Amino acid sequence: MLTLMGGGYRVEMKRSDTMTVMRTRMGDGYAVSMTRDELHQDLRAGSEDAARRARIPVLDDADVERLAEIFSHRGRITGVDPGHEVVLTKDGCANTLYNGQMSSGVGIPLSREQGIRIMERAFGFDTMEVGNPDYSFKPAKPLLALEQLTMEQAQLDCIVPLFYGAMPNMGLYYRPDGPFANPADLLPDGRIEEARAAQMEAIERLREDMLYMGRGLAEAGADGIDFDTTASAGDAEFLATLQAVETLAGSTDMAIEVGMATELVLGFHGELEYAGTRLAGLWPHQQLRVVEAAGAHIFGPAVTTNTSRSAPWNVARACTFVKECSRLATIPVHANVGMGVGGVPTVEVQPNDIVTRAGVALVEVGRADGL
Amino acid sequence: MSLCHALASGMGGIRTAGDLVARMQLRKMRLPEAKRYVADKLGIAEIDLTDSTVLRQLREELDIGIVSGVPGAAKGIEAKARIADLLEVPIPCVERLWAKTGRPTLGSPPSPHFRPHAST
Repeated sequence: MLTLMGGGYRVEMKRSDTMTVMRTRMGDGYAVSMTRDELHQDLRAGSEDAARRARIPVLDDADVERLAEIFSHRGRITGVDPGHEVVLTKDGCANTLYNGQMSSGVGIPLSREQGIRIMERAFGFDTMEVGNPDYSFKPAKPLLALEQLTMEQAQLDCIVPLFYGAMPNMGLYYRPDGPFANPADLLPDGRIEEARAAQMEAIERLREDMLYMGRGLAEAGADGIDFDTTASAGDAEFLATLQAVETLAGSTDMAIEVGMATELVLGFHGELEYAGTRLAGLWPHQQLRVVEAAGAHIFGPAVTTNTSRSAPWNVARACTFVKECSRLATIPVHANVGMGVGGVPTVEVQPNDIVTRAGVALVEVGRADGL
Repeated sequence: MSLCHALASGMGGIRTAGDLVARMQLRKMRLPEAKRYVADKLGIAEIDLTDSTVLRQLREELDIGIVSGVPGAAKGIEAKARIADLLEVPIPCVERLWAKTGRPTLGSPPSPHFRPHAST
């Protein structure tokens, strides 16, 4: 019997008892059983989906076999082969410890300095971050002095490289949260030029806020700055971020990491360009190029998990995108593997079996320099 | 979740040489180059970069910060100052410390207090 569990209901399918069945999960985190044939089919289908959309090569047979090996591993968790370990650049500060459900946090009352120390010493992270609990540039901006103090104090105490992290999150600049007209309200009414004008205004404000924060944290001794979930509000947000990256790269000593929000840059404006490249419609290997051109030091591709597909499908798809980035990159590629990206299921408490398999796959098959 | 990734795929931070390799990636080095660079500076094979048995001893010898709580071992910015000299890379907070205390920054002759590797 093949039992599919997704969205709270179950579908029973009959099949031969002689087929080898393995346990995995769907993109929504629910457990599912698959035969080895079904596993291979899903791995190839996921890769083909990415290849077709982005016009990049599918994973080769050796890659598919390696993924099948990873997913067939009998242990609950798995790991990379010795010598294949990669650098983890941690985002979100220690919010997984002290924050609430909003940040997948477990609500332990800790200061950020304590959290950083725990992540460095107890958990063995390679880098850490200072970040505001409200992890966006706009709410953090009035608190720059506090962020600087935290960075200065943490830098005295920690050994690992310490970034400042925040999300551009241009959506906060639109009404009702911000001063500018909301394209999400204007576009359905066909008011395209007004929507574009609002985005141009927001670009200016967002860029200046990010530069204000970036310069301030550079003065405080930050090793780097992480622009997290870049382009979540589309091509306008991507442009503002690239402009800020270019300025900070040319005027500070900080390393700059640009982590993306998803695999496709949405064209809410549609006609914005950076370095002669239109930003709307860019796939990860194309996003990489403009991020490199802006002067960033690390690129973090993101591939959104499809909750209706299996984890193998999602991971193979993510590996296809990331492998092409890794092939073309001149800077380190750190694939995003948080909740709902990189093949990790979109579920509040992430299952360790799939989380470890997704990370290992992106290293061994996606050839990422880090996660 | 992030702890899963650290255990499954991560280099291990200050338990091993993860922070050191990370510092080289901050200078745009891809992973193989960053590992090679750090292994050369430490005088070890690349496979040993993630060996906590090797690195626990080596990090204490070099006094570049160890994961255990040991009195007298370099901590925080002390360790980073030594890492900056070892890897020959500027570290912003260390540069800031030198600027605030009127000491030479990276590019000047090494600090007379820096203890070289035990084998040199």
